[in-house]
Amino acid sequence: MSPIQRRALLMRALALGAATTLPGCNYEDPNHPDLADDFLHAMSYWNDRVQQALFDPHTLAPTFRPDQITNPPRFNAFYSISQAPVVDPATYRLQLGGQIRDQTPWTLAALNALPQTSQITRLVCVEGWRVIGQWSGVPLSDFLRRVGADTTCRYVSFQCADGYYSSIDMESALQPQTILALQFLGAPLTPPFGAPVRLRIPTKLGFKNPKSIVQLAVTNVYPGGYWEDQGYNWFSGS
Amino acid sequence: MKPTRKPIHPWPVRLTHWLNALAIVMMIGSGWQIYDASPLFGFRFPPLITIGGWLGAAIAWHLAFMWLLVVNGLVYFTYSAATGHFRKFFPLSPRAVWQDFRAALRFRLPHEKGVYNAIQRLLYLGVLAAGVVIVLSGLAIWKPVQLWFLCDLMDGYRIARYVHFFAMAVIVSFTCIHVLLVALVPKVLPPMLTGGRQEP
Repeated sequence: MSPIQRRALLMRALALGAATTLPGCNYEDPNHPDLADDFLHAMSYWNDRVQQALFDPHTLAPTFRPDQITNPPRFNAFYSISQAPVVDPATYRLQLGGQIRDQTPWTLAALNALPQTSQITRLVCVEGWRVIGQWSGVPLSDFLRRVGADTTCRYVSFQCADGYYSSIDMESALQPQTILALQFLGAPLTPPFGAPVRLRIPTKLGFKNPKSIVQLAVTNVYPGGYWEDQGYNWFSGS
Repeated sequence: MKPTRKPIHPWPVRLTHWLNALAIVMMIGSGWQIYDASPLFGFRFPPLITIGGWLGAAIAWHLAFMWLLVVNGLVYFTYSAATGHFRKFFPLSPRAVWQDFRAALRFRLPHEKGVYNAIQRLLYLGVLAAGVVIVLSGLAIWKPVQLWFLCDLMDGYRIARYVHFFAMAVIVSFTCIHVLLVALVPKVLPPMLTGGRQEP
């Protein structure tokens, strides 16, 4: 995707309207950083490190009551709801890559057969709004240990059916509330909300919760992310 | 022997004043752009007066300049506490404020170099308090999980956004009055640049 196309998508996703865009502002072209971009990158890297230091694996994200759940849930992506990918659950496979010993792809049935956990947590969007939802699925730490992932690696990366991609730090990946979500409100995830498998990580902003994950990898090579590569802070912890 | 005359504004006050001016222009401009991504009220800030151009860049500016705002603010507070600079804002009584307010309305509020009248004391203390509130609420919005106690203090994430917004409104209002008064009494500007000398 060219930077121009990306920017067009971005603007649509922000739903600000193209009229609010000023030409010549920062992070305009990620491939040609100017002095301001370099400054912002350096500060963002510093903020990653501060957030990593601030991160306490024992601090749990707050949980909420069932009556506080936002229903219907709020859709948000870099495309409109009608363009959300539809993955066939029967043929779905979760591919594994990187520093993982057993890279056998996982079917949805196999994932559903693993011990599940449920949470009512808050999803805070980088735009400022927040929703509360009930997700259940497999704790990512359990899954990583089961497949023999090298948890001394720095990153867990995700590729999605819609072309989205993102990555998180290993410490956040192992936090007990970080799950590979399979259900919302006790029913299988639906296509616009991340079917069949999404990451639910209440200690990070919404865009760090990739949907419709088709590949998971463990690596020491910085994987970046769809929004992160355009200038959003990588760690983006809550 | 020359009488020792203290500067009206010692250099640490001047330095932190102007760094703070830069920080709040950047923070407010980028903050307005961030607000526009998910407005709390039925209006948006026009793009001409926002900084960043789009949400990603606005957040990057906001989270970069927050360090200048906070570190500079801490230097100012530490300096002021250590040197007794805060004494310039006291005593402050409602009666004195009322008297000076009435005098100000009649344009009869005298301005003595290096001494703050009751209105100034009230405004400066008010904007300092708003500065503390805006930093605490901003941290609560940035880190509602890790800094959960700040988020609780603000009565939750959503309320913290409103607190942050209103603290911004207080600071913007102060800045408008502050700049207007400097325009009306321009002799107060040079001492903030050079330090000035108190009348013996």
